[in-house]
Formats: sequence, C-alpha cells, structure tokens
Amino acid sequence: MTTPLVHEPSTLALTVNGDPRSVAAGTSLSDFLASLKLDPRLVVVEHNRTILRDRDAYPSIALADGDILEIVHFVGGG
Amino acid sequence: MTASVALSPELDTRFEIGGREFRSRLMVGTGKYASNAQMIAAIEASGAEVVTVAVRRVDLDRTKDEGILYHLDPQRFMLLANTAGCFTADDTIRYARLARAAGFNEWVKLEVIGDQQTLLPDAAATIEATRVLAAEGFKVMAYTNDDLISALRLEDAGAVCVMPLASPIGSGLGMLNEFAIRTIKHRLSVPVIVDAGVGTASDAAIVMEQGVDGVLMNTGIAAAQDPVRMATAMRLAVDAGRLAYLAGRMPRREIAVPSSPTTGMLDR
Repeated sequence: MTTPLVHEPSTLALTVNGDPRSVAAGTSLSDFLASLKLDPRLVVVEHNRTILRDRDAYPSIALADGDILEIVHFVGGG
Repeated sequence: MTASVALSPELDTRFEIGGREFRSRLMVGTGKYASNAQMIAAIEASGAEVVTVAVRRVDLDRTKDEGILYHLDPQRFMLLANTAGCFTADDTIRYARLARAAGFNEWVKLEVIGDQQTLLPDAAATIEATRVLAAEGFKVMAYTNDDLISALRLEDAGAVCVMPLASPIGSGLGMLNEFAIRTIKHRLSVPVIVDAGVGTASDAAIVMEQGVDGVLMNTGIAAAQDPVRMATAMRLAVDAGRLAYLAGRMPRREIAVPSSPTTGMLDR
C-alpha cells in the first residue's frame, strides 16, 4: 500500500458566522482575528462548536480546511 | 452613577440576589436606543447598576459595527447577558455559555421564547435550561410567565431569581395580573424581579407596590420620546413604589370617610 497523496491546500475554506471565507494555509486564529481587525478581548469565538475560553491559546490554534467559526460579541438588548 | 440619588438605607431593606448585594432595584436594557450616547445618558439617569446586553454575531464586513463594550464600562455596570432570541433549551444553553466566555461573570438572564408573535416564554424549556446551567455554576435569572407553578419549578431548578413578566416584551401594557405577581412573590424564597411590559412610570410604581424585589425594563425607557427624562421618572417611580409597599397602604374602602373633623361647624 502506498500512502495516499495528501494534497495540502494552499488556502483553507472556512465558514465564519455562516458565510464562506478563505484564508491562507497556516493561518492561526489570532492571525485571522487580526485580519478582521477584531480585538480578541471583545469577542468570543466558537470553533467547530467548541467555545474557546482561553484567549492566550489563540496564537497556537491553527485553522483547518472546513472549520466552522462563530464570532460573537455583546450588543444592545433587553 | 451621577444622577443616582439612592434611597437612604434605613428606608429600604437589603437587596441581594445570589449572594451579591445590589443598591438599585431598577435594572435596564440597552436595546433600541437612537444612539449610544443617548443609551449611556439614560442608563446613568436610571441609576441602574445591572445592565442587560445580548449576544450576537459580529458583523465581519462592517468594522463600524462596534460591540457595546466600546461604550459600556464593565467596571461601572454589571453586564447581564441575556439569551434573547433563543427558542430552544439547547440554543439558550449555547448562548449562555458564549456569554460567560465573554469573560465578565457567571450571571445570565435566561429567556427561552415559546412563540414568535407574543414572545411569551416557554416555561418547560426555561426550566430545563435553568437546571443545566445552574449545575454548571451559572447564576440564572429566569424570565418567565406570571405563573406560580413555573416560578416554583424554576426556583427548584436552581434559579437565583425568577423574573415574571408584567405583560409581553415591548408591549408597554403595564401590570396585567397583580394577583399572580403577588402570589409568586409570597411563595418564592428567591428574589422576584418583574421583567417586561412596563410602559411608563406609574407601571413601575405599581410593579414595586406588589412587594417584588425589583424591576427590569428596556423599551419603556428606550422608546420614550425623551429616554433620559423617562429613565429619571422610572428611577423615582421604582423608589416610590418600593417605599409605598414598605409603608403599607391604607385599606381600600368603597365609602367616603371625611379627613377633617365633622364637629365644630358654624351655625349647627
């Protein structure tokens, strides 16, 4: 058996807040938030249905093809 | 809180929820204001320390769409996240966990809506979500109907306070069932905060005259022609209603009784 050839995509297809987005392979979560000009302290990220409570870990979270992100914050409400 | 003129402590009793003491019995929402500046001015005029916020997706294409934290200082106000817009227990639990991850506190104003048209709460789903979240250490403030049995079940499920409605969210109809609210207050051990339906200052006073511990409102202030004046009116009305309750009103009599002496009249 030969090892199947794994093709590393150069871009990653993500779903972010319900919309498709693509980022370069190797992008970390903190890179991605920075590219969106979002302050990590003011948002909450849910990564593939897991809420990320440790913001210090964002630089070490590598995004992967097919990842689903929800990025939420507080808005006015009653 | 610049505009707050708190009742002197000897006039009121301690107000505590879930082991935390509060100084204002008025809690306010942050939705529907014409501007952030108006919202802040109204909140300050209300004297509220508990301020509710909602959890929503960040609008990624409009960096101008700033979150409310750019305007509200979490050091000055206790931000209470709600789960508005949730229709199932699972969704509600997810939103509550997201809110906690935002990092301020373990408090949540739990609401599970059961019907799009009336926005009336789904008591069964609220009880279920309360049980799950209370077990996770959340301090659940549970929005519910003016129904004693739901309120009792929420208390059993671990809610730190129960929040029956005065009337539907955003309706401004005021207190529809004083008897139901009084019954809930009499039977529960946890504090009772009336949430939703207050339309003007007299509504707030009537709510507080039932003996409940506090009141939460948003549209009643935000949708007034002058929200800052209305916020001030609400602050005064909540204090007035609370004091009137503690003072104990005179009995109602369907007969006139003169206030002045009936003797000593001229020419009699």
